[in-house]
Amino acid sequence: MVDPGELKQRIEAGIPGARADVSGDGHHFEAVVEATAFDGLSRIARHKLVYDVFGAELGDRIHALSIKTKIPETEETR
Amino acid sequence: MSDVASNPMRDAIANAISENPVLLFMKGTPDAPACGFSARTVAILQQLDVPFAAVDILPDPRIRQELSGLSGWPTIPQLFADGELIGGCDIVVEMYESGELQEALGLEGASGLEAPEAAASEPAPLAIENRL
Repeated sequence: MVDPGELKQRIEAGIPGARADVSGDGHHFEAVVEATAFDGLSRIARHKLVYDVFGAELGDRIHALSIKTKIPETEETR
Repeated sequence: MSDVASNPMRDAIANAISENPVLLFMKGTPDAPACGFSARTVAILQQLDVPFAAVDILPDPRIRQELSGLSGWPTIPQLFADGELIGGCDIVVEMYESGELQEALGLEGASGLEAPEAAASEPAPLAIENRL
């Protein structure tokens, strides 16, 4: 079993400035990740940043990870 | 590290991606998806009534291995349109909801879409279920 809190910590440590909310049942997880690093990146590139945090653990130890990415609201985008 | 010379599986995957305008790599088949994410992606394509080809990655572990090596995308399903990776289930759902998927699949005024024949004359290492 994998703790969603571990995934949250690793995403936040692995992507500079990221904030993550992760929920899951120990095998299937859903992550909502907000990071300025996503700005200007395609959806694919954003998701890859998150996948890269876990590498080969995806599909193995982490059976499934569903991802939603966001760019944090800043003064300008408000 | 791996042998870069002859790789029939990788070639077959690359060919399938370039020859099929819309191609879904999935677990199971469109009629019998073996995973919820694959099922969801199929449902969206069927909802859009877009012709697509599908490859079941489960029969041979090398399919997934080579596919992810080619695409740089670790998870299944993977949807390709016009030879480009669109994304996995999450991205397909997001793009469907925003209307971008319809655009990416060329569905605006797409009545003149030709359904190219994916002539599978030789027995290929990939079983492509053709929905074109």
